Amino acid sequence: MNQGILLLIEHRDGVLNRTTFEAMVAAQGIASATGEKLSAVVFGKSVAGIASEVAAKKLEAVYTAEDDKLAEYSCDGYVAAAKQVVEMLSPRFVVLSHTYQVRDFAPKLAARLGRTFVTDCVGYRAEGSDVVFTRQIFQGKINTDVRVAGEPPILASFQAGSYRADKAESGETRAAITPLEINMADVQIRTQAEAKFQEAKQAVDLSQAPLIVAVGRGIKSQENIEIVQKLADAIGAEIAASRPICDNEWLPMDRQIGSSGQTVSPKLYLAIGISGAIQHVVGMKNAQTIVAINKDAEAPIFDIADYGIVGDLFEIVPALTAEINKVKAGE
Amino acid sequence: MNIAVCLKQVPKKDSILRIGADQKWIDERDISYEMSEADAYALEEALRQKEKHGGEVIVVSLGPERVRQSIKEALAKGADRAIHLHDSVFDTAADAAAIARLLAAALRDEKCDLIFTGLQSDDYGFAQVGLILAEEMGLPSATIVMEVQPEDGAVRVKRELESGWFQWVRLPMPALLTIQSGINQLRYATLKGIMAAKKKEIREVKAADAGLTADDLKPTQVIERAYLPEKTKSTEFIEGKPADAAAKLVEKLRFDARVL
Repeated sequence: MNQGILLLIEHRDGVLNRTTFEAMVAAQGIASATGEKLSAVVFGKSVAGIASEVAAKKLEAVYTAEDDKLAEYSCDGYVAAAKQVVEMLSPRFVVLSHTYQVRDFAPKLAARLGRTFVTDCVGYRAEGSDVVFTRQIFQGKINTDVRVAGEPPILASFQAGSYRADKAESGETRAAITPLEINMADVQIRTQAEAKFQEAKQAVDLSQAPLIVAVGRGIKSQENIEIVQKLADAIGAEIAASRPICDNEWLPMDRQIGSSGQTVSPKLYLAIGISGAIQHVVGMKNAQTIVAINKDAEAPIFDIADYGIVGDLFEIVPALTAEINKVKAGE
Repeated sequence: MNIAVCLKQVPKKDSILRIGADQKWIDERDISYEMSEADAYALEEALRQKEKHGGEVIVVSLGPERVRQSIKEALAKGADRAIHLHDSVFDTAADAAAIARLLAAALRDEKCDLIFTGLQSDDYGFAQVGLILAEEMGLPSATIVMEVQPEDGAVRVKRELESGWFQWVRLPMPALLTIQSGINQLRYATLKGIMAAKKKEIREVKAADAGLTADDLKPTQVIERAYLPEKTKSTEFIEGKPADAAAKLVEKLRFDARVL
């Protein structure tokens, strides 16, 4: 019989991924709501430091699964190792953070286990010993409560920012660290990875900008970016963008906010023609004050906005620029 | 080099979405559809690879009759032929594993060097179908791909990691790649392409052809309820003519929020 909850720990170059603690908050909550015990597992090579850091948290046990073939992340290596560990421990739930790395191997892991994987959850609800997961569809426009009909273990990943990492509970005593024996001899790693790099043109650090004016798909064409630039200049703000704008090369990549771009928390974030897809929102939702200007009153950006104007950005943005310039002239 | 591209048709990006009467999905009346964005980029990448290295581009799509419109668009843009998984039995295939199983059944006899999917769809956003398909077919995979360079018997791809980091990964072919939006610039179909598409093959695959029954496709995840997200903040909506709204907003930002 499957018992307990297993949290998969993510780390890179000896550093724990912050979102691991966010997923831990969800996992600790599910554990206490269902009466299941929560353990964590760390994959890699020489992971004693990581395991020790994790063991300070409120966990029943910390497991390590080490092998030369896990020294560098690979989909083949992680799927093979995680499958063995999950089968050894037979938990009811396997909890992960919905990172790019998890997206690269966990669906294959679920398929190889023949189990279901509820991805990118933003919440959960316990019903007795059952868990109903909340995940967003249509890029955050609609929430769904998802019930799992399949056999345990059930895999679930939580979206970055759904829980606060600093809410992860520490344990009264340190969790024992237990190495697991995995057999990787026959595992073939089919991918060869080269060194990680950042694009050299990453010149702008938007994370330090106190004021940001960001533009999205609603701007329609590259020529129209100018009206947003004028507003940014009037306010003294940095200009930024959602992914489609940078994909179209209307603004350089280093202006991109969101999961694949920069994460910012300015005093003011003015979102113009940005619908608020989750991939964008995770990069800016911690801004102190969020203003959204959008023609669609139902756009999810309004769910997190402090101030909203529903209307035509081509009328409102120039009016806003004129107003700012008027105020500045009067000072 | 032969490339299969899995295409999904989804409600148009600017659709106003309402919850359906059963509160389990959206109200699909009055919705228009288009190719899911990342899939459109996957198709474009396949066409570019074909133009450089030769071979064939096959598109495969699952869905009702309306999906033909996206299939035809792909053929008009330059895909050589298409497979349409079209059977009312498939309507129950609503989770990633069932969808992947169907795609695998359609592609199993094709001699593909590469299979492309978008990194996730714009509707469900599972971000799983590609990888489960790879697992079903025993293929190595790479996700969130931003550049594709075929080499002798292998493919070198630039993967996007988080926060502006990238990594090149080499994998043997055949392989499955999930393509990130923005990998290239999308093309429009030309009139010539639209005319040529009329002669291209669209092969229909039914449940019996795929060797799958409704039981095999039973979803393991069921949407119990669909609803609009609760607001995490109470938004103060500012109304009025543009100039008035602008003046009110600036005042709020200066004196209430004190951020200007």
